[in-house]
Amino acid sequence: MTHPSSALPRETADITARRRDWLAVLARASRCDLEAVLADLPTVPGYTLLRPPESGAIMVRARAGGSGRQFNLGEASVTRCTVRLDEGTAGVAYALGRDRRHAELAAVLDALLQAASGGADLYEHHIRPLARQQQAARDLRSRQAAATKVDFFTLVRGDG
Amino acid sequence: MYVAVKGGEKAILASHDLIAQTRRGDPLLPELDVAQIASQLGIAVDRVMNEGSIYDRELAALAIKQAQGDLIEAAFLLRAYRTTLPRFGASLPVDTARMLIRRRVSATYKDLPGGQVLGPTYDYTHRLFDFSLMDSEGERGSVQPAQEALDENMPRVPDILGAEGLMERELPPPGDEAPFDITRQPLEFPAERDERLQVLARGDEGYLLGLAYSVQRGFGHSHPFVGEIRLGEVSVEIVPEELGFAIDIGDITLSECQMVNQFAGSKDQPPQFTRGYGLAFGHAERKVMAMSLVDRALKADELGEDVRYPAQDAEFVLYHCDNVEASGFVEHLKLPHYVDFQGELELLRRMHREIAERVMTTEKREAAE
Repeated sequence: MTHPSSALPRETADITARRRDWLAVLARASRCDLEAVLADLPTVPGYTLLRPPESGAIMVRARAGGSGRQFNLGEASVTRCTVRLDEGTAGVAYALGRDRRHAELAAVLDALLQAASGGADLYEHHIRPLARQQQAARDLRSRQAAATKVDFFTLVRGDG
Repeated sequence: MYVAVKGGEKAILASHDLIAQTRRGDPLLPELDVAQIASQLGIAVDRVMNEGSIYDRELAALAIKQAQGDLIEAAFLLRAYRTTLPRFGASLPVDTARMLIRRRVSATYKDLPGGQVLGPTYDYTHRLFDFSLMDSEGERGSVQPAQEALDENMPRVPDILGAEGLMERELPPPGDEAPFDITRQPLEFPAERDERLQVLARGDEGYLLGLAYSVQRGFGHSHPFVGEIRLGEVSVEIVPEELGFAIDIGDITLSECQMVNQFAGSKDQPPQFTRGYGLAFGHAERKVMAMSLVDRALKADELGEDVRYPAQDAEFVLYHCDNVEASGFVEHLKLPHYVDFQGELELLRRMHREIAERVMTTEKREAAE
């Protein structure tokens, strides 16, 4: 599971990048979305909980002035889970909030997405649409904010 | 000192029932649900998350419901809950330059890259009642989205000035080490910036607002400009041990204020602008503005300015910031102090007796003479 950080083989680096991408999508997806993905699979995979879903906190850090010295802003609730599929692959989930079922589903999907066979299909058919949905929601928020964009102009004061 | 007293269990249980009944209000009205509070009283929820010092909208909303809208009591509930959660670690520092912007204004530049975005704000409302909200079918605001999303590139304003060398630089210190954590260590003085900012971030908004106001009114020489305020979502990243690489675990909403202040310069430094920084969970604009003014005031010592006013005194500011601690100490006065008070009462009575005896003795002596 742990990758040596230096001199990653290219393939491993690719997998890590893709995994980072889908983990971000899974963390943001709603529990319903994840239930729907699993319900849509032809067979429900067997798995065991290596680390049952558990809620805790992480300390959110920031930087003074945005770019300076680190400081602790405050904590955020987070839930994690690790599963192992019967065929052996382990899946991990971490997501903000306290939804244990969400974490468990996300961990199962993380394991399935790593599979050499079926992983790519699962991504194409189920995860990419979720990613698009999330991107569309961000885009809408940004366009709503853009509706309030202003051009201030300074009035030239008359000389009298 | 207060001492344990026994008895009163029945009364206490009945008071629990009575507060629950009082909290529920008129049973003919529908009960508020937590999701409604989280969704429609969002700014109260944000305040409770900040002062309770944990980002969890649902729990903060529950706390508000349970505390009957008493936001300090709600922060207390959240703080108490927080201590039951295992700590999984710390995030990488969030990057506010990459925020999904919903509001971004500057009082120093009218034309800035990315533009000024008013976002959801009461600033330009008339502060007149909207009586349509009295009606539960009231207005449902909806904004017509613009064609184009905002510019992805929204540089923070001080970073723009920084490029000219006119702005105090904010760089990580060598080593960029893990910050002081007031949840693990008692406050230390002199307090460094990391410690100060953490205390201010969870500090009471009203207290910070009062201090910030004092600084502006003359109790601290401050000549501030809002370099920038921004509001929006940033992603939170952690590096789980079992993975060994950073993963994104979701978004949190943050408010940030960069306050720009004058600085006359010193023998080592030419005059330049200095910075005060405010950052908070959720939509908390007043909080981050106040925080940034107080942050700047607390730099007085480092900048070689006289420390003469309350807002510049780190011990004064930081020891009294926390409303959970403050209300605990102030409100403990209502707990039984019977023994203490009896002691003082006895002392006073004895003193009165002694005075009366002395007076009598004197009178007797005078009468005898």
